[in-house]
Amino acid sequence: MKKLPIEKIDMFFQILSKEYPIYLPVDNKSKVAEFTKYEDGKEWSEQLNTVRSAKDFFFPQVENMMRFETDGKKIEVYDMYEEKEDFIIFGVRACDVRSFSILDSVYLAEPVDSFYKNRRDHGIVISMACTRPNTTCFCENFSIDPTNPEGDVTAWRTNEAVYFQANNDKGEKVLSKVARLLVEDSNEKVQEQKKKTKEILNRLPFHNLDLSYFKEENTMEIFQSKLWETMSESCLGCGTCTFVCPTCQCYDIREYNTGNGIERFRCWDSCMYSDFTKMAHGNPRKSQVERFRQRFMHKLVYAPTNNFGVYGCVGCGRCVEKCPVSMNIIKVIKTLEEK
Amino acid sequence: MQEIMKSRAKELLADGTVARVLGWKKGEFDYDCTPGVFASEKEIDEKLIYNSLCQSNLSKYLIEESRKEGKVAVFLKPCDTYSFNQLLKEHRLHRDHIYVIGVACEDKIDIDTIKAKGIEGILTISCENEEVKIQTLYGEEVLAKKEAMNDRCLTCKSKKHMVYDELIGEEGEVLDSNRFDMVEKIERMTSEERFAFWQGELSRCIRCNACRNVCPACSCETCVFDNPESGVENKAAANSFEENMFHIIRAFHVAGRCTDCGECSRVCPQNIPLHLINRKIIKDINEFYGEYQAGADEMLPPLNEFKKSDVEPDVVYMRGDESK
Repeated sequence: MKKLPIEKIDMFFQILSKEYPIYLPVDNKSKVAEFTKYEDGKEWSEQLNTVRSAKDFFFPQVENMMRFETDGKKIEVYDMYEEKEDFIIFGVRACDVRSFSILDSVYLAEPVDSFYKNRRDHGIVISMACTRPNTTCFCENFSIDPTNPEGDVTAWRTNEAVYFQANNDKGEKVLSKVARLLVEDSNEKVQEQKKKTKEILNRLPFHNLDLSYFKEENTMEIFQSKLWETMSESCLGCGTCTFVCPTCQCYDIREYNTGNGIERFRCWDSCMYSDFTKMAHGNPRKSQVERFRQRFMHKLVYAPTNNFGVYGCVGCGRCVEKCPVSMNIIKVIKTLEEK
Repeated sequence: MQEIMKSRAKELLADGTVARVLGWKKGEFDYDCTPGVFASEKEIDEKLIYNSLCQSNLSKYLIEESRKEGKVAVFLKPCDTYSFNQLLKEHRLHRDHIYVIGVACEDKIDIDTIKAKGIEGILTISCENEEVKIQTLYGEEVLAKKEAMNDRCLTCKSKKHMVYDELIGEEGEVLDSNRFDMVEKIERMTSEERFAFWQGELSRCIRCNACRNVCPACSCETCVFDNPESGVENKAAANSFEENMFHIIRAFHVAGRCTDCGECSRVCPQNIPLHLINRKIIKDINEFYGEYQAGADEMLPPLNEFKKSDVEPDVVYMRGDESK
């Protein structure tokens, strides 16, 4: 295990930023942590997590795919695909790292999404173990260990230092660039910190959710439950839960008239929206009850059914914190499970 | 207060005055109540709450609720009654299907404001007198109540209900608030500074539409931005112009109708102070056409009528340009 004394963290970012663009959580003016490109003066946020998840790096909110330009009767078509350069995302929490593999199961399955793959191939993830989990965290229910995040490099923070461990060749290569700052150390301090964090994790209110009801054989029973009506009555039909969610992966492809051409872009979409998957015959889910049900059926039932038991949720708690009316997946799980 | 509300709600259900009650439903914590409809005394006993963290404005839910069969009772805080009146004026509610119970508001505290103080892992919050006690995973924190309040409550415009069928708690007064202070501060910026300020704020927008969907003044059945037929439908901003356009168009559409309830800023996941855009327009309306408060009375909104004494457009135009 490699140790970096905490006072050298800025040097660590400086050296790496000469080799790669490096993004890390930084507090913005309104004290919201957001992934920001490192440059002199940027400080690594002390907050547990960013409001926007790290999925933005691989699946950005808006992405241009094609451009058409017209000149009289001529039309020119431009492919917007460009090979990305390698980049580092630093400080990704265990929940967000796991979300990448959930996105992979969609975007890297045949037919492979070349735009997503391009970003994924060039992204290097340095994850950061949690030390101060929040009461809205519930990642452990999805077999995620927040003290041992996945990623190309795993990092642990203690009061005095940051410890690193490379998990693959990509990770080894990154650590070799900053080798002169790092010293070999035992994992004793990291184990101590993990123990402290685990004690806190055991006190989290959603530490032990009962998810056993959410499985394939109960699909129809859950789908037909009368409880969706009362659960969805407060839902505003906004997209906050969807857009802060690290695993929500739906998009729309739209066109923008530039005056002398068309930009074809894709953008995040939300199953909570009235015009989601609107087709020639209209909208397949006409009421908010149906839309609300779709989102939670997808996360809790369809996802594990089609994806070897993996739920479409990583327990990051963003939706729990951000829903304008505090209606969230925890309440849905508990309400349905109690029946 | 909560207990009186519960027993009144149960009485109204029992004697058949109403078929349903719209109120705040207990959540997993003290600070995550959800607007909800209660149809039985049992539900009211178990889940109805009212405390200093019940912030949601329930008036907009009445658009749907008042169209259902039977009467609905609703709890409205003073600021919510302005939204209620405004919705009535716009013929969006069936008044004869609604029984309004005004409830006094002792100033709300705001979970996001508390979190922004760096307080993490919040388990319980209790507010007594002027003190907020917060139990967290990492120990106890105490804040003065004012430190735990958001801007809309710190600059509260009224503790008086504009409408009710019955009232629980003490009636307050319309307050002499300092709600335009921040607007004045922004007005004093140069146009470049002001542009940079709003660009900085609005560039964080993720177009989740929470501000629009929570807004009682945004009651169109299909918003122009959701309507593929409109030609301006957009789910994400294609460029920085579109980013601003959504919020500017929304502000103009609710101009003269926004009651300044502040729900837009409360629900914004990116902490954009959207209410300041609406307040600027309210302040301008006051200055150009005389004091007007949407939702306060039956007065015709100044933007809905023409008078010869109305301000000339060039006066408005000149004001925005400090070089003239």
